[in-house]
Amino acid sequence: MFDALTDKLQGVFSGLKGRGKLTESDIDKAMRAIRLSLLEADVSLPVVKQLTTAIKERATGDEVMSSITPDQQVVKIVDEELTRLMGGTNVGLAMAPSPPTVILMAGLQGSGKTTHTAKLARLLAAEGRAPLMVACDVRRPAAMEQLAVLGDQIGVPVHREEGATDPVAVARDGIAAAKRAGRDVVLIDTAGRLTIDAEMMDELVAIRDAVRPTSVILVVDAMTGQTAVDVAVAFQEAVQFDGAILSKLDGDARGGAALSVRAVTGKPILFVGTGEKVDALEAFHPDRMASRILGMGDVLSLIEKAQQNVDEVDAKRIEEKMRGGNLTLDDFLDQLRQVRKMGPIGQLMGMIPGLGQAGKLKDVQVDERRIDRVEAIISSMTLSERARPDIINGSRRRRIAEGSGTTVQEVNQLLAQFKQMQKLMKRIGKGGLPSMLGA
Amino acid sequence: MSDAGGGADLGAFAELFGLEPPPVPDDAPAPRRGLFRRLREGIAASQAQPISPQLAGIYQSKLVSDATWDDLEEALVLADCGMPATMDIVAALRAEADAGRVTSGDSLARALADEITRRLAPEPARIPLGDDPTVILVVGVNGSGKTTTIGKLAHRLTELGQKVVIGAGDTFRAAAVEQLAVWADRAGVDIVKQAPGADPGAVAFDAVAAGRARSADVVIIDTAGRLQTQHNLMEELRKVHGVTGKAMEGAPHHVLLVIDCTTGQNGLSQARLFSEAVPVSGLVLTKFDGVARGGIVLAIERELGIPVAMIGVGESIDDLQPFDARAFAEAIFAPDAAV
Repeated sequence: MFDALTDKLQGVFSGLKGRGKLTESDIDKAMRAIRLSLLEADVSLPVVKQLTTAIKERATGDEVMSSITPDQQVVKIVDEELTRLMGGTNVGLAMAPSPPTVILMAGLQGSGKTTHTAKLARLLAAEGRAPLMVACDVRRPAAMEQLAVLGDQIGVPVHREEGATDPVAVARDGIAAAKRAGRDVVLIDTAGRLTIDAEMMDELVAIRDAVRPTSVILVVDAMTGQTAVDVAVAFQEAVQFDGAILSKLDGDARGGAALSVRAVTGKPILFVGTGEKVDALEAFHPDRMASRILGMGDVLSLIEKAQQNVDEVDAKRIEEKMRGGNLTLDDFLDQLRQVRKMGPIGQLMGMIPGLGQAGKLKDVQVDERRIDRVEAIISSMTLSERARPDIINGSRRRRIAEGSGTTVQEVNQLLAQFKQMQKLMKRIGKGGLPSMLGA
Repeated sequence: MSDAGGGADLGAFAELFGLEPPPVPDDAPAPRRGLFRRLREGIAASQAQPISPQLAGIYQSKLVSDATWDDLEEALVLADCGMPATMDIVAALRAEADAGRVTSGDSLARALADEITRRLAPEPARIPLGDDPTVILVVGVNGSGKTTTIGKLAHRLTELGQKVVIGAGDTFRAAAVEQLAVWADRAGVDIVKQAPGADPGAVAFDAVAAGRARSADVVIIDTAGRLQTQHNLMEELRKVHGVTGKAMEGAPHHVLLVIDCTTGQNGLSQARLFSEAVPVSGLVLTKFDGVARGGIVLAIERELGIPVAMIGVGESIDDLQPFDARAFAEAIFAPDAAV
């Protein structure tokens, strides 16, 4: 997320580093670079102007000009201004005092409304709520079908009316159905149109007026360019949305829309969509995002993911084994699975400070299928083979390769790598880490 | 939307595909004007924001000043052209002004349209048909409008007398196959599909095989939307491309990358990474109506030289047009006063 912006800002500041005091023309140069980076990250032009003016005003003040480390001061200012612009702290989803809570989903076509309706429903269900989704997109071919399939996948019921043409009636019926079934959150998926047009807005307003939602949520594609502002303003004027979800944030060089939506409408980004799977939805943390922009990595999110997915007792047991150099292939498989539960490895690596920076991750492509094969190979071993890999001779290797659908070479490679890892762990366990890191 | 321009549009399509043009009624408007009108109608109906209120001012002014260039730069940035392309264009127009060829706002408007046309379409894009069948692979990120584009394209080709088979290669997204089936039905063409979750390569192979068996003229293969940074999914796309070539030598003959008109600078990364995986031969710019943006194609053209083949200007099945650079430039940048 925001990688390109991070790269650019780091480029600016590494140029300033080591020169001591900043001159006015240094500041101007930095501002131009910040302006360019923000535009390249698709932050909308008016927001860029507002941001660079605020940054420049503070950057030319005494706190920077007289500082011994002016570059760090500028970084701090940019960090603060970005955080402030994105709204300071994380905002959660509002729940109605008396159920059902009604959430109306809005957005342009292709922004990811239907998918994110399901993602949000899954998240609410995981929090112990009883959601129901209502398929009100009566326009796009098979949109209702899509929501029904997603509902099946996540185990959340869907209210749909085959052949319906009046979305307002479907929405009303959906809420009545939720009340009857004792569901406490109703998520209404609506039709997106290709464009910001009056007809779509009228339909949305009609649904809103009929169901009086607790929240209206706007889904915005993170790849949106300068139109993000127009889109946000148009929806704000028509339906007064309460918060936004930024979808498709798992790609590259994007996310300026987050800054734009918040700055122009004052509405918070509530969640970000970070992948294809229905569980790829995360809370939006403005402060963390600003840290990311400045290349500090998103360690907090990484820790949070680990806490959600890793069993602590297990982790402790494995750590002890590792220190003793007694790690078995079974433990290794366990570890691998726990880490993979946290998400695609490449995405996790991007959250580690230093790794997300320019150049370092660009050439590293984590091929998840290779990891699949590692899993398959270990799964094809007997328990005693996993505990004592030394007993795995040639014929066992052939059997394992056949059983896992891989080749003997791949099995050999895995075993060699595992052996090396064991050695390494033993050395770390004996306190060899500092010397290895060259400290 | 009226059908008045239909015959003319179809003529332009025939040109795009290298087919015999259909008979055009004598009173039909010239194709370029037809497209331009459609673009403008779409924009007007959608209440899109004008790209830059200053532009109208620029075009009406008698002089060209420093402020003019700043305003122009802003307008290009707002259209998502990106800074490098924006700076190139402004520099080129400044040179025109220095040479005395641009002296007033009025001549600037024309020079801008000329410059953009020159950049985007030194020659009009071509998607020649001719192989039996010609195979077209359609790729793009999630939500860009691939499925809809395929529906409209199938319809257009059918109108031109081509027999079309569609391969439902998006086996990932829930109900994507159903959505494509609805479009196939509207266009009246055959669709080849498998169960959800099926191997997209197998679907592509089947579609090409079915196309050959049924002596189709064109096979259009849909693919699941994927973000260009998803390494594994891009590998899958490479494989679909390869499998298609196994089903028929030389296939796919064309790879179209579909880009949403509201896309910002990420569009450049899309074009770059999709091109690395498969040989993208043309762009389809979708959802132009309503936002009247899409300057990202200038950034893509600047770096990668991939031409824009078609543009989607509305929601109905007729609303896919061959791309016309001048109409595009005028629709984005020329306020009514200057046309």
